[in-house]
Amino acid sequence: MSIIRYSCLLAAGLGLAVAVCLPAARAETVKVGVVLPLSGGAADVGQTEVRALKLYYKQHKAELGDNDIVLIERDSKEPSGATAMTLTRELVVQDKVDLLLGYQFSPDAIASAKVATQAKKPMILVNAQSSYLTTLSPYIVRLSTTIWQISYPAGRYAYEKLGCKSLIVGYSDFAPGRDVLAAVKAGYEKAGGNLMDAVPMGGPAQVPDYTPFLQRIANEHPKCMFVFTPAGNFNPPLARTYSDLRMKQSGIRFLGTGDVSDDTTLQQLGDNAVGWITVGHYTADLDTPANQQFVAAWRKEYGNDVPPDFFAVQAYDAMAAVFHIVKTLNGHIDADKAIASLRGWRHDSPRGPIMIDPETRDIVQNIYVQEIVKRDGKLAIKILDTIPAVKDPCKALKAPACAK
Amino acid sequence: MSPSLHAALSILFDGLGYAMILFTMSVGLSVTMGLMGVVNLAHGAFAMLGGYVAMVVTTRLGLPFLPALALASLTVLAASVPVERTLYQRIYRRPELQQMLLTIGLTMILMALTTFAFGPAPVSLPLPDFLNGQIILAGRGFPVYRAFIVLIGVTLFIVLRLGLERTMLGAKIRAAVDNPAMAEAAGIDTRWLFTLTFALGTALAALGGALAVNVVGLTPRFALEYLVVLLAVISMGGLGTVTGTFVASLVIGTIENAGRYLFPAGGAFFIYAAVVLVLLYRPAGLYGRS
Repeated sequence: MSIIRYSCLLAAGLGLAVAVCLPAARAETVKVGVVLPLSGGAADVGQTEVRALKLYYKQHKAELGDNDIVLIERDSKEPSGATAMTLTRELVVQDKVDLLLGYQFSPDAIASAKVATQAKKPMILVNAQSSYLTTLSPYIVRLSTTIWQISYPAGRYAYEKLGCKSLIVGYSDFAPGRDVLAAVKAGYEKAGGNLMDAVPMGGPAQVPDYTPFLQRIANEHPKCMFVFTPAGNFNPPLARTYSDLRMKQSGIRFLGTGDVSDDTTLQQLGDNAVGWITVGHYTADLDTPANQQFVAAWRKEYGNDVPPDFFAVQAYDAMAAVFHIVKTLNGHIDADKAIASLRGWRHDSPRGPIMIDPETRDIVQNIYVQEIVKRDGKLAIKILDTIPAVKDPCKALKAPACAK
Repeated sequence: MSPSLHAALSILFDGLGYAMILFTMSVGLSVTMGLMGVVNLAHGAFAMLGGYVAMVVTTRLGLPFLPALALASLTVLAASVPVERTLYQRIYRRPELQQMLLTIGLTMILMALTTFAFGPAPVSLPLPDFLNGQIILAGRGFPVYRAFIVLIGVTLFIVLRLGLERTMLGAKIRAAVDNPAMAEAAGIDTRWLFTLTFALGTALAALGGALAVNVVGLTPRFALEYLVVLLAVISMGGLGTVTGTFVASLVIGTIENAGRYLFPAGGAFFIYAAVVLVLLYRPAGLYGRS
């Protein structure tokens, strides 16, 4: 019934002839199964992503015409993969969803890929950054980034443009961290450099006391250090320790992935982080009309306290991809046609122009070199340089991490 | 200074700093779990609450850092009394499994409430200027805040040790823990004594939590993140001894720091190896009574 009422309202809204409100006979409701961490350690990220999905829906639902999209949210909890797979199966079998979306952690995507293949459901990755994931199922499309897409150009850039003639990588010691290390190392060596040291800085389960790790780096006196930690609560203590150990004064430049300057926790870093250079695919401070509109809409919806971050924009774009599928197929979802419609799809995202690589089904996007600066008494991110249209280098170079 | 001497000094100084952070975080657990014999897995949750109270007091009420520390301890202390009277008093003589279930359940509830009130994102606790910066010791810088934590840790150790071992109250607490029936017969109100001891333990937890914010950050997850390490400290030190907790903090803090500095790929291996070794030869812990 709600669909019928809805089509009447819409017709009125568009100022069309409204003499008759015909029941929308061909209206389709597309069910999207959303698998994201809504509790546990990454609950804040999951919440941001769900907010982004809903914001896009709210802004664009008029474009769907008679059709509609419903989100069926499920909590994937901790990143084991097992919960995500069970939920994916339930969504397919019981809820009969047309599309799958979400998958924060690579293990979640790895475990669920088979279900997507067997059930023939398009699976849109909102985060899960291990490069080779898209090779696990012909129905996977990624709207986030890969670790290599950021860290490989970052390694090159550090040597070629930032003058980092000696470099030490500090990384959270789990699969994504080791991936960052491999990618930075590959990029840095490609440019002609040689890593001085690589320091694993504890696992992802607890925020460590960073002192011994950074002290070790400080005592080796590199020109630059490159750091990867999971975005969020790892960063404020990192900034404090960097400052406590006077590393800036010792002339050790801080470089990192966009995770350390994540917009959500940026203000928590304090002045300790001014001058840090990070390499990433999105910041809320990006000075483009598309982004300014996005940020304004976000703040209007969710308050001024917390800006959207790269997780938000990843989910926002994932929802744009869902809309593209629903509009192209007019609500009749067929997995192969849906994937075909996304191959080579171009979209004007808040993060800049993006495209889905027709061959790998992975995103092609700009990578930004950014600096943390102080502006109007708050921390802000200044874009120093743009590396345009970066394609996942891991698959392009056939690096060992992607040979799986 | 030669690089290896420099490294050795780094390990020693930073290890001491880290050890005292562990001590301030675990000494409350040493009181509730070690002294009172409750498997108090909610310790981390009380520590987390302390951190959040300190955050609210400084950033929203605008009070300075030091009064905020005191207020955090007092608020959590006040809140702990009804919790002890209604929940903990039921489990003192129950099997450990039931104690674990109740306290871990309490932890989950407190984490959910904190997430509801403050959100899951990390919060910060600004430090006053005099606690930022560095002091120069033996030719190298040492963060003032670490020195401050060392000072608090050592003070707590001395006060607690003297308080528990040299005062009448301490004697009553030890009597009530060892033999409640006999203590009651001697005219000690063990129920209130337990309430008091528990309140002291949670107040210390809150203080440790508030102090730890600037070292390891604060989110609702804090309640569980450090629990395992703290339990390792308590079991290595031996139940019911503040001295044991102090020494175990020093051992674990220094070993973990040295391990991270010299062999960062070893992860948490070194501390758990140390705990296993100690417990192999002294199952009751370094200072525990077997």
